[in-house]
Amino acid sequence: MDAIFLQFLNGLDKGGAYALIALGLTLVFGTLGVVNFAHGALFMLGAFCAVTLRKILTMQKVVLDEENLTAWGTPTEIRTTYVETWFGDFGTQLVNYSVPLAILLAIPVMLVVGVVMERGLIKHFYRRPHAEQILVTFGLAIVLQEIIKHYFGANPIPQPMPSNLAGAADIGVMMGMDPNIIVYPWWRLVYFAFSVIVIGAVFAFLQFTTFGMVVRAGMADRETVGLIGIDIDKRFTAMFGLAAVVAGVAGVMYTPLLPPDYHLGMDFLVLTFVVVVVGGMGSLPGAVLAGFMLGILQSFASMTEIKAIIPGIDQIIIYLVAVIILLVRPRGLLGRKGVMES
Amino acid sequence: MNFQGIFSMSRKDLTTLVIFSIVVLALPIWLQPFGAAYPDLMQKFAIFGILAIGFNILFGLTGYLSFGHAAFLGVGSYTAVWTFKLFSMNPIPALIFAVILSGLFALLIGYVSLRRSGIYFSILTLAFAQMSYNLAYSVLTPITNGETGLQLEAGDPRVLDSMFVAEEAGLPVSNFFGIEMSGIPGFYFCAIFLILGFFITQRIFASPFGMMLRGIKSNQTRMNYTGFNTRPYTLTAFVISGMYAGLAGGLMAVTDPLAGAERMQWTASGEIVLMTILGGVGTLVGPVIGAWLIKYFENIFSSFNESVLHNLFGFLPDGVEGFVVELTSMFVGEGWHLTLGLVFVLVVTFLPGGMMEGYRRITTLFTGGGGDGDKKAKADDTQTQPAE
Repeated sequence: MDAIFLQFLNGLDKGGAYALIALGLTLVFGTLGVVNFAHGALFMLGAFCAVTLRKILTMQKVVLDEENLTAWGTPTEIRTTYVETWFGDFGTQLVNYSVPLAILLAIPVMLVVGVVMERGLIKHFYRRPHAEQILVTFGLAIVLQEIIKHYFGANPIPQPMPSNLAGAADIGVMMGMDPNIIVYPWWRLVYFAFSVIVIGAVFAFLQFTTFGMVVRAGMADRETVGLIGIDIDKRFTAMFGLAAVVAGVAGVMYTPLLPPDYHLGMDFLVLTFVVVVVGGMGSLPGAVLAGFMLGILQSFASMTEIKAIIPGIDQIIIYLVAVIILLVRPRGLLGRKGVMES
Repeated sequence: MNFQGIFSMSRKDLTTLVIFSIVVLALPIWLQPFGAAYPDLMQKFAIFGILAIGFNILFGLTGYLSFGHAAFLGVGSYTAVWTFKLFSMNPIPALIFAVILSGLFALLIGYVSLRRSGIYFSILTLAFAQMSYNLAYSVLTPITNGETGLQLEAGDPRVLDSMFVAEEAGLPVSNFFGIEMSGIPGFYFCAIFLILGFFITQRIFASPFGMMLRGIKSNQTRMNYTGFNTRPYTLTAFVISGMYAGLAGGLMAVTDPLAGAERMQWTASGEIVLMTILGGVGTLVGPVIGAWLIKYFENIFSSFNESVLHNLFGFLPDGVEGFVVELTSMFVGEGWHLTLGLVFVLVVTFLPGGMMEGYRRITTLFTGGGGDGDKKAKADDTQTQPAE
C-alpha cells in the first residue's frame, strides 16, 4: 500500500510537467490548428531562463590578494558575489531563490519569443498541410536548441533548489503512519502544486474572462467570431504567447529536478505529443488528465516488481498506451467526436 | 512480369537511368574538384541516397509522413552485423537478411500505424521508433550491446567462413568473394545498390501501383469511394520503403561493421525527412540530391574550426575579423546542425518542393514559361509571404 502510494506521488511531478507542456501544445492546436514540434524547445528555453538568471545573480568580483599567496605562489583570489556585496543577506536569499525568481524573467521572455515565433513564422503555415507544419517547426526546434548549445555548451547545467526546500518531506507522519515510510522530496511537491496552480489559472482565464470566452468561441467556430467583428487572429496570437509562457515556466521550475541541457526539449516533446494524442487532440482537460495519468503510469512501470514481470516496460509504457489508444479510441480519452479522426 | 516488360521503359526514363548511373559511377572523378572524392564520404553518398529514395516511395507517393524510418535503418544494421558474427563476412547474406528482417519489421509497424493517417500516422511511427530505440538501449542489450554498440569480436563463430577459410589474426573485414568492402571497392558495391534501387523506384513510379499511390496522396476518400481498398497499397509502399532503409542500414554495417542504437533515434528519422524535402519530395532524383547535399555540407561545415575561419577572414581588419569569426563559428563545426535547421526552415517556407522545384522555377523563368501558365499560377499560389 505504502509502496503504491509512493509510486503515485512519484508520478505527480513528471505528470505535472507533461500536463503543462501538453496544455500549451493543445492550446496552440485548438486555436491555431498548428501542430507545433517546437513546443518542447520552448520548455527548454524556459529552463535556460533559470540558468541565465542564476548566472547573472552569481556573477563574481575577483580581487587579487597579493599578501596571501597560495601553495602555487600566485596571489589568492577573493571572490565576492556582486548581489551579496550590494544587498547583503537579501542578496544571498536572491541567489538561493534563483529558480522560482526566474519565473519573473521567463514570463516576459517567453511571451516575446512566443509572439515573435507566431508572427514571424508560424502564421504563414495556417493553411498549409499538417506535414509542412510539422516539418517547419521541427526545423525551428533544431535552430533553437543549437543556439542554446552554442551559448551554454552541451553539458547539463545543474540548478540547485532553494536550500530550505532541498530536503524531503515525511508525508507518512503527516498521514498518521510511522516515520520514514513515505518520504518525498519537497521540491517535487512544490512542482506538483505549482503545476496545479498554473493549470487552474489557465482554465480560469479561459472560463471566466471575456478574453477567454472569445478565444473559446473562436476555437469552436473561428469564422463566425470573425464575422461578428472580432479580430480573432490577434487573440490567437496571444494564446500562442500564453502557451509559450506556460511551457517556459514549466521548464524553469523543472530545472532542480533535471539539470537542463540543450536537447531537453526534444526529449520531452516526443512524450508530450503522445500525451496530447492520448488525451485527445484539441481537448484541454484531456491533455491535463493524460499528462498526470501517463506520468503516474510511468512511475508505476518503473517499480522493480513490475519490471521483473515485464522487463523494459518502464521504457515503453507511454508509447504502448498511445498505440493502444490510437487504435481503439483514436480521438483520445476526452477528444471531441470527429476531431482528426480518420 | 516478363523480361521484356521490365525493360520496356519510356525513352525518358531510360535516359534518366543512364545519366544517373554515369553520374553515380563517376562520383570519384567529378567530386575531385570539390574535395569530396574520398571513399568514406562517397559510401555515405550512396547509402543515404538509397535511404532517401526509399523514404520518398512512402512520403513522396502516398503523402504519409513517417517519423520512424530510422528504426528500420537500425534493424538493418543490427541484422547485418549479426549475420557477420554468426555466418559469414560476405556482405550478400548480410544484406539479404537485413532487407528481409527490416521488411518484416516494417510490415508489423505499418500494419498498425497505417490504420491512421495524417499527423496521427506520424506520431504512431514516432512512438514505434522511440520504443525500438529505448528497448535497444535497455532490455535488448544482449542483442544490441546497448550503449557500446554491436561489434565484431575475435571469438565470433562465423559458421560459413570457418568452413572455407582459415581463421586469421585480428578482426576480419567484410569481403565480397575476396574483395574487401572498404575504400573504393566498398563505394562501388554501395553504388550498384543505389543504381538498382533507383531503377526499381523508377519502375514503381511508372507502374499502375505508383499511380494508385499518387491517387491516395491526392484524395484518399475518393479512392475509397471508387472502390479501392487503399490500405494494402499503402502497406506495400511502407514495407518497400522500410526495406530500402534496411538495405541502407545493412550497407552501413558492410562498410563499417558496427551498429549502435543512436542510429534509431528520432532525430535520425528527422534527418531522412530533411534530405527528402531538401531535394524535392515526390521526384525521382530529388531525394538523392538532397542526401548528397546534406552529407557534403555536413562534411565541409563540420570540419571548419576557429583557426580555419581566422585564415579565411584573415584579410579583414582585426576587430571586424573577430566579430565575423565569432558569428560564423556559430554555423560551422559543432554548430553545423544550426545551419541545417535554418536551411530546413527556409526550404519548407519558401520552396516546399525542394531543389527540384527551384530548378523548375528557374527553367520556367528562362524559357518564359510559355504554355506553363497553369503550373506557374499554381506555384505562385502555394508560395507564401516572406517569413521576416
